[in-house]
Parts: sequence; structure tokens; C-alpha cells
Amino acid sequence: MAEKLQLEVVTPKGAVVSESVDLVTAPGYAGEFGILANHAPFLSTIKIGVLSYKKDQQVEDLMVSGGFCEVSNNKVTFLVESAERGTEIDVDRALRAKERAEKRLAEVASQREKIDRTRAEAAMQRALSRLKVAERRKPK
Amino acid sequence: MASLKDVKVKISGVKKTSQITKAMNMVAAAKLRGAQMKMERFRPYAEKYNAAMGNLSTGMDAAQFPLMEVREVKSVELLVVTSDRGLCGSFNSNILKQTERLMRQLEGEGKKVSLVCVGKKAAGYFKRSGKVRAIYTDIMGNFQMFNARAIAQDVAGNFLSGGADEVHIMYGRFQSVAVQRPAQQQFLPVKSVEGGAAAASADYIYEPSTTEIMDVMLPLYLNVMVYHAMLEVSASEHAARMSAMDNATSACKDIINSLTLVYNKARQAGITGELMDIVGGAEALKG
Repeated sequence: MAEKLQLEVVTPKGAVVSESVDLVTAPGYAGEFGILANHAPFLSTIKIGVLSYKKDQQVEDLMVSGGFCEVSNNKVTFLVESAERGTEIDVDRALRAKERAEKRLAEVASQREKIDRTRAEAAMQRALSRLKVAERRKPK
Repeated sequence: MASLKDVKVKISGVKKTSQITKAMNMVAAAKLRGAQMKMERFRPYAEKYNAAMGNLSTGMDAAQFPLMEVREVKSVELLVVTSDRGLCGSFNSNILKQTERLMRQLEGEGKKVSLVCVGKKAAGYFKRSGKVRAIYTDIMGNFQMFNARAIAQDVAGNFLSGGADEVHIMYGRFQSVAVQRPAQQQFLPVKSVEGGAAAASADYIYEPSTTEIMDVMLPLYLNVMVYHAMLEVSASEHAARMSAMDNATSACKDIINSLTLVYNKARQAGITGELMDIVGGAEALKG
């Protein structure tokens, strides 16, 4: 059996995951990255997206929003503002949020309000990630 | 001397008050548990954040980050965090008093002071001072990160645009259920965190570069600080209310006891008077 990594996902509302896992994939600033055991010390910011980890051939997904990740001594710590499991996600709400964000993006595309656009884009990202996580959760 | 009826009315009034204070005490106790739990859950996040900030900021030149830039202090902004509701002993007034003291001291040094009030108590107290720049109320009950974020962004924006050269948070620190102290913490410019030396020896790979990571992390760090202050204030508020209401309830008990004594004495005096009348009347008939 290969060596394991200790994964910790911490949000302001408490620890969401604290498990030893085989592989972690996360949405980093410069693109998705994967971490296996004995990774070099590493620090990266995290974007809104899907964090997944593999444990005994089981893959688990989490929707995470902005934060950062630290890897050292086979310990991976994610500090994110929120993390949700597929089972916790309200698909209808995410769908509605996606529609809202689409509409909003179409509206702001014409004007040049940068703040609104960033916000709408973030909302869009969150909705899409939630849907993705929820989708993977479904039994095939 | 108060009549029998007056005393009776007063006793029942005090009894009703004590029922209310007892209920408030219990509500505060329940809310305190919730707030304390939130604080405990938040603590690991804050601690890890501090550790990571320490790793990052060691050996970095603070001057390159606008949020860490130390300027000559001409104006100071105070972020005052209090509760929305009163009836919690001297908790809020302690924070306000300390703020006032600091304000006077700063103004004595010729610095301009502006205020950002979080919570109705601070807002009401400083309303007429003319120094209030922004007010946030009705956000203490539901701990939402985005509330903290809005405040942090507002204050940081003001700092960056030169509205204030230094920002301090004034809040009530929760030390124990019995002790809450007003506390002050420097908010901006962000001080580099001490104690990162141990972990800094490990050569980290940074993605993106350390500077870019700091650009992302610093604003988040401010959110964490504001959120933390809000949690502390909320826990302290409930703890303070709990003990204030406990005191009030026992004071009510004392008052009821002494009023009952007065009532019994008056009743006894009345009976004695009536007896005297009867005996006097009987004597007169005999006569």
C-alpha cells in the first residue's frame, strides 16, 4: 500500500474533512493540481471549484470557494471560506443561481461595471462547481 | 406607611420582573453556548491562517504591499464592535469608554479620528459625535462571513485611499464566562506575523509567486480578523447578559423578601388595630 497523506479541510465553520487519503486534486490559482504522498512543501491559492480526494479507491468531491492550500510533511491543509459535500448541495438552488448569474452576466456585458461582473462571475463559478459536485454524487 | 394593597401590587410587579430576568438569563445561556461553539470551530481556522501568514511574511519586504505599508500617522480610524442589544451589564459601555479614552488621547496628539461602528450600541453612542464614517447594525446575530467581508473591504478601501493611516479594532474579548474585557487590536497596516521562523525553514514552492499569494491572502486575513472580533463580541455579550440577568434575578428576590416583611408587618398592625376597636367597643357597652 502506498503512503498516505493527511488531508484537512478547514472553514470558518469548522473542519470539514480530516482524513488520510491517497490523492488530492484541487483547483489552484494556476490550474488544477494533484498531490500525492511525499510532495514537496507547497503553497497555493485556491479558486472556486471542485476539490476531490481519493481514499481506498473511493473518490469524494467537495465544492470549495476561495482560500489557500498548504502542503508540508505529507499533510495537506486547505483553508477555504466554504466547503460543501455533494449531499449537502441543493441542486435546484444551484440551478437557479446559475440562471441568475447568466442573466446578470448578460446584463453587465453591455455596461462596464467591473465589480458587478466579478461578482456575477464568482456566483457563476460557485453555481457550476456545486452542480458538478452534485452531479458526480449521483449513482450511475 | 404604604397601604396593604400598595405593597401587594409592588410585590407582584417585582415578581413579574424577576420572571423576565430569569427567562433572559436562560436565553442568554443558550445563546452563549452557540456562540462559544462557533468560536471554538473558528479557532483552528484562525490559528492555521496566522501560521500560514507567518510563514509567508517572514523575510518579505512589507513595503511592497499597500495593505502593510506603514505611513506617518495623521489620521486614525477606529472600528468599534459592540452588541446590538443592551441589558448586558457594563459590557458595551466598557468598550465605548475605552474607545472614548483612546479617541481623546489620539486627538490630543493632533491626529484625526474617524469611527466605523458595528452594532447598534456603538452607533447610538457615537451618533452625535460627527466622527462616524460608517455604521453596520443588525449583523451580530447571524454570523455570516460576507458581513465581515463587507466591513473589511470598506475599511481597507478607506485605508488604501488614504482616508486613514492606521486602523484599530475595538471589541470585547471573551476571556471566560465571568470575564470579558475591552480589547484593542491593530487592524491596518497589517503587521507581519511573528513566529513563522520554524516552518519557514522548509523551502516552499509557491504558486503563484509569494507576492501574488500575499495579495490574495491579505484581504482574506482582514476578513478573518473582523469575523473573529464579531464572534468574540457576540460570545461576550451573551456571557455578560447572563451574569447581569442573574444579578437582577437575585436582586428581585431580595426586594420581594423585604417587601413581604413590610406587608406582613402592616397586616399585623391592621389586625391589632381591629382587635383594639372590638375590645374597646365591648368595654364601652359593658360600661
